[in-house]
Amino acid sequence: MDKIREIVLPGDEIDLMGNKPGNGIYIDNGKAYVEYLGIKTIKSGYVNIIPLSGRYQPQKGDKVIGKVVDIMPSNWAVDINAPYLAPLHVNDTPWKVDFGDTGKYLNVGDTIIAKIMSVNEVKQVWLTMKEPGLRKLEGGHIITVSPTKVPRIIGKDGSMIKMLKEMTDSRIYVGQNGVIWIDGSIDAILKVVGAIRIIEKEAHIIGLTDRVKDYLSKNKKGD
Amino acid sequence: MSKFTDNVISEIKRDYIQKLLSQGSRIDGRGQYEFRKIEIIKNFIPRADGSALVRLGNTQVLVGVKIETGEPFPDTPNTGVLSTNAELVPLASPTFEAGPPGEEAIELARVVDRGIRESKAIDLEKLVIKEGELVWIVFVDIHVLDYDGNLFDASALGSIVALKNSIVPAQRFGQGENFPLPVRHYPATTTFVKIGDRIVLDPNLDEENIAHSRITITTNEEGKINAIQKGLEGTFTREEVLETIKMSIESGKYLRNTFILGDDQK
Amino acid sequence: MGGMATDIKLIDENGKRIDGRSFDELRPIKIEAGILERADGSAYIEWGNNKIIAAVYGPREVYPKHMQDPSKAILRARYNMAAFSVDERKKPGPDRRSIELSLVISNALSSVVLLEQFPRTAIDVFIEVLQADAGTRIAGLTAASVALADAGIPMKDLIVGCAAGKVDDIVVLDLNKEEDNYGQADLPVAIIPRTKELVLFQMDGDMTFEEIERGLKMAIDASMKVYELQKEALKRKYINLAQEDEQQ
Repeated sequence: MDKIREIVLPGDEIDLMGNKPGNGIYIDNGKAYVEYLGIKTIKSGYVNIIPLSGRYQPQKGDKVIGKVVDIMPSNWAVDINAPYLAPLHVNDTPWKVDFGDTGKYLNVGDTIIAKIMSVNEVKQVWLTMKEPGLRKLEGGHIITVSPTKVPRIIGKDGSMIKMLKEMTDSRIYVGQNGVIWIDGSIDAILKVVGAIRIIEKEAHIIGLTDRVKDYLSKNKKGD
Repeated sequence: MSKFTDNVISEIKRDYIQKLLSQGSRIDGRGQYEFRKIEIIKNFIPRADGSALVRLGNTQVLVGVKIETGEPFPDTPNTGVLSTNAELVPLASPTFEAGPPGEEAIELARVVDRGIRESKAIDLEKLVIKEGELVWIVFVDIHVLDYDGNLFDASALGSIVALKNSIVPAQRFGQGENFPLPVRHYPATTTFVKIGDRIVLDPNLDEENIAHSRITITTNEEGKINAIQKGLEGTFTREEVLETIKMSIESGKYLRNTFILGDDQK
Repeated sequence: MGGMATDIKLIDENGKRIDGRSFDELRPIKIEAGILERADGSAYIEWGNNKIIAAVYGPREVYPKHMQDPSKAILRARYNMAAFSVDERKKPGPDRRSIELSLVISNALSSVVLLEQFPRTAIDVFIEVLQADAGTRIAGLTAASVALADAGIPMKDLIVGCAAGKVDDIVVLDLNKEEDNYGQADLPVAIIPRTKELVLFQMDGDMTFEEIERGLKMAIDASMKVYELQKEALKRKYINLAQEDEQQ
């Protein structure tokens, strides 16, 4: 179904229709209002506003791709496109790091896949790399999209990302924070980047999968 | 993120751009000596005496010209005055800071100024009202709006287009009829960067961030060179410098014919 | 603001103003959301001959760290005029006027932004006046509010405003440059549209209580019209993202 859902803006009053207020909604004088630009959804008895813009808001358990921007004696500061830098402590890595030896394992400018281990009430985030698949990334290419586009790029049950990988013979990892790592031949990378730009721009029109497929079948270069 | 984290270059991106270049490709698919898409809106600021909004890819620069009366410099009593300034306002990039112009803004303004001045683009001798006492002062103000690399070429192009369309506001100053600013030469400025051992024209921000050396060359309509600025910490060989100058003359023709002289541009 | 004795007649015998508007008519307004690549959110407004860009960066961590507020974000607006934005070239950099306007704009925006959701961060709002034509603070604030929404910043509501004033002894809406220069009073107003509460309110000149009462009502009514334009601009930018397809 190609259906336009209503865009809601800060201050818009919304009808909860008997549901509870979820994310992006505040109550004033018994009425519900929208906090940020997004679209209204109702799920499991809650009305939520799905944001259409903005920085990544870390959620516990999310796997993200981050860039190391600073090194301390026992931890690293990682940029994950969120309002805050996320620290990664040496104890939360697969390595046995001696105090002060952090720079031997990860350097400024390095890219990692990590998991959001915790987010506390004042939004402090801690990362972990202690889990299979979490690692330092090498080679390939990195691009960034709005985190709000991530579900589109992954597709239903991973269908879109699977098609991208198969049709280009590349490795792709999509971080929940909108950072995407692509590895393969240069042609493959260029194609994947081009396809992702299509998904970003025209994601929401019927037949997206076919259009991306068409694009990948042609011998075109992306940006 | 903070200014600090925006300055950290991703090693993966650096390697990728270098790998692409070594195979003759660029990250946005352009050729080695190809400009990004250029759009110019002339007279974007009617309140200024001349102006141009330049879009060079995602880079956006607004140049405004203001012309006022004032005293000439004592050593040049019979010429008008050109004053070029640049503001890298924090609206344009997470890495720009508020405050007085830093060295980057000053280098930008001076390189643009030199191109206009040394090509003798403006006939400053026609801007004398009373020799030694009163002349026209031409202020070129470069206001960067969106920084995605290569401010030099966008600013220089905006400046010459704005100047070419400027009117000296003589009436406002009780100095007779308004008249077009006398512009007689059309300098074109092109910038190249060196990444590894590869040289590219019109670097975007990703390329600029990992470049070792930069060279900005201004040429005139006769194919002569009016100004050169080698920037950043890296080096060029003599052959490379000569190659960029040759390419600058060619690319300058394109800029001049299409955007500076091309009157079809709005 | 004037009270300046001049012979300039700003309103003719038919009640028309020098730009042809009636006393309660707005100048033409155009708003566009999301026009810059680098900023987290941005907006462009043309209001009469004003041309203004606003951009938002953040929430982002505050440096130096001692500037951080552990309980909430700090919102820092910076109002700046381009050198060529006014008739006589303005020397670049902040003057006392732009510092004051930055403060009243910061205060107005802070009244709706849910700052407590982002402790220790800054939300930076940059307003660049590219061409000035009276009413820049309100036009800039109106654009800044659109830029904040474009950046996905949580807020109780948008902020919108309009100025009223007094010209040739008549209370009028939305002064233009000549009216601002030679009129008798200027009354810039900005509100939270949902509650009509005032978040920016200044006045200079010479008005009676009744004139202020009337001017305030006109300014608030007009603000609600501008509010519609803000919403349209945001919806225009995001409309294609709101379509559903088989992917979700």
